[in-house]
Amino acid sequence: MIAILSDIHANREALSACLAHADSAGAARFVFLGDIVGYGADPAWCLRTVMDRIAHGAVAILGNHDQAVFQRSARMNGRAAAAMDWTRAQLSPDAGAFLKTLPLEYADEDRLFVHADASDPAGWRYVTGPLEARRSFEGTPARVTVCGHVHVPRLFGLTAAEKCTAFIPTPGMPVPLSRPRRWLAVVGAVGQPRDGNPAAGYALLDPDTNEMRWMRVPYDVEAAAEKIRRAGLPESLATRLFTGD
Amino acid sequence: MSPRRPHQGDEIDGFILGRPIHQGGMASIFEASHPGHAIPLLMKLPHLEGGDPAQIVSFEMEQMILPRLTGPHVPRFVAAAGFERQPYLVMERIPGPSLLLRLRELPLPVDEVAQIGAKVAVALSELHRQRVSHLDVKPANILFRDTPAAEAVLVDFGLSHHGRLPDLIEEEFRIPYGTAPYMAPEQAMGQRNDPRSDLFALGVLLYQFTTGALPFGDPQHIGGVRRRLWRDAVPPRRLRPECPPWLQEVILRCLEVDPARRHPTAAQLAFDLNHPEAVRLTARAGKKRRDGWLKVLERRVNQDRSPRQGRPAATAHAAPVVVVAVDLREQTAPLAEALRASVGNVLRSLPGARVACVNVLLDGYLASDPLQDNRGRSTRVQRLVELRHWAAPLGLEEGRITFHVLGGSGAAAPLLEYAEANGVDHIVMGARANSMMRTMLGSVSGEVAARAPCSVTVVRAREAQP
Repeated sequence: MIAILSDIHANREALSACLAHADSAGAARFVFLGDIVGYGADPAWCLRTVMDRIAHGAVAILGNHDQAVFQRSARMNGRAAAAMDWTRAQLSPDAGAFLKTLPLEYADEDRLFVHADASDPAGWRYVTGPLEARRSFEGTPARVTVCGHVHVPRLFGLTAAEKCTAFIPTPGMPVPLSRPRRWLAVVGAVGQPRDGNPAAGYALLDPDTNEMRWMRVPYDVEAAAEKIRRAGLPESLATRLFTGD
Repeated sequence: MSPRRPHQGDEIDGFILGRPIHQGGMASIFEASHPGHAIPLLMKLPHLEGGDPAQIVSFEMEQMILPRLTGPHVPRFVAAAGFERQPYLVMERIPGPSLLLRLRELPLPVDEVAQIGAKVAVALSELHRQRVSHLDVKPANILFRDTPAAEAVLVDFGLSHHGRLPDLIEEEFRIPYGTAPYMAPEQAMGQRNDPRSDLFALGVLLYQFTTGALPFGDPQHIGGVRRRLWRDAVPPRRLRPECPPWLQEVILRCLEVDPARRHPTAAQLAFDLNHPEAVRLTARAGKKRRDGWLKVLERRVNQDRSPRQGRPAATAHAAPVVVVAVDLREQTAPLAEALRASVGNVLRSLPGARVACVNVLLDGYLASDPLQDNRGRSTRVQRLVELRHWAAPLGLEEGRITFHVLGGSGAAAPLLEYAEANGVDHIVMGARANSMMRTMLGSVSGEVAARAPCSVTVVRAREAQP
């Protein structure tokens, strides 16, 4: 079983809850889909935790917020940029060096793990609908692509007749990613869900049965939000955790 | 992908193909055996070279849905292989013939129609509870188990819809799929998420088995299928006068164009078919001919032509069958009060719920000698009168509450059988108040709570402080 965690965004409480949940669900492998830091108040702890998992065989790829730690981006909005300035100050130079080593994608058998649109991983385009999903499908031969970045769980399928379909997964319900069609799974966010459900999101993929489950894990939102406020980060970054919007 | 079609005697992943059951243009079905499986098996193999996308997608759909289904009303899933090599699906083989074989005997006796209908409705209720709408209910897809209960088994989930899985059919095709004579009007308009479409199809089957005719014929084009949106069926009693008014009521309710006017759930339909005396008759029961041309024209002009997608579907959750077990002999006034209050609470929150008020008459009252039998019958009538009296304070209108006296040697067993046969969702019953009696006779509510197929609420009245 592969646990896939995306968009942790320095939310320590959400990350610990998801890791504990995945461990007890029997996950043997871990893939971190990027954006370990940014927005939240615990970037150093989250980074250390992910590095520790990597030392035990986990794989991590780069997200746009991770990249912004060592390479300033003009494309970030005010809130994200403010959080990024604060984040940089929290991290040691080692952290930046580590993030620099992360790859943009990770191919595993017929699966491709990438932070955003697979047709241009460094372009950080959002996969929000069938049109964007089709562009991503066309950019990779992988049968199953798994990405994050959007913070909203979705499953796109490409049929033998090249029709692109969209589906909203039900939490916990295994969905078969059957052949011959191709699939693009967007996992939700661990640390900053935006689909109206404040519970932390991650996914479990069983490579033997080809089934994927989108999990939701309740965590201590109160504590995570309080830390954001105490750090002097924008208030809206704290309040959105309660509503998941 | 093997270029050669499978044959009897072939071995696929340890399964030996037996006699071919069906060899169509799109798929082959074989009996199969495997040293690791003791039950009779059946293997479905789609043909890939034909390239009919509908066939491939419906195979994918069945492969996705069948492993998630459980219970006696579906064939047990055994194994599957995907499209990497020769795809197949292995499931339990239900030995008997399907209802297709009965078509030559139509019309069937009314009692048998009701009995078949009730069994199929219970099977549908189980399926709907597992969030699956079958969407291709027809005689060929209904079999019966070779068990004392002879449960109906639904087969072929190739056109089915699972409420929590991607709908590959809807995604792939704009035209509706199904079997023309049995297809619900909303299904003909492209809506695939309403379990009540299965009640329409069962209504067509009941009509056919009662009258020997199909209510909307066998149209060959989708335009002909959509006619049923405005053109109503000839009332069954006109074709077969022996059809009792209650059965016409049930059938025509199933055939309502608006799903909201059908039975809210398959369990409620099963309930009606099991309790003819409890069916509330409306204008449908007395209808003598089809609607006049003016009414039909009006429906045709005013019909809603938009594809009906995403409309909320009724769930068993919102329209449960609630049984209240009333012990008329030992029940104290405070307990009766508490029991009624509990039923009242359920009904207030679920306006679609219906209540079956049930009392168990122990076998001692129904002995075989004629005099006692006579007394037994009058006891039964007396009990019914008492049940009505008991329920009067609930103030429920006819049609939402029915009254039943069950026979049996103990109190728990008849209640449990009743709950099983009628797709009951919730049993509300009182606890035996007297602890001495409970010690001597055992707790009926305890046994029911432990063995019931549904939720059980055991009500106890708080004793007044001395």
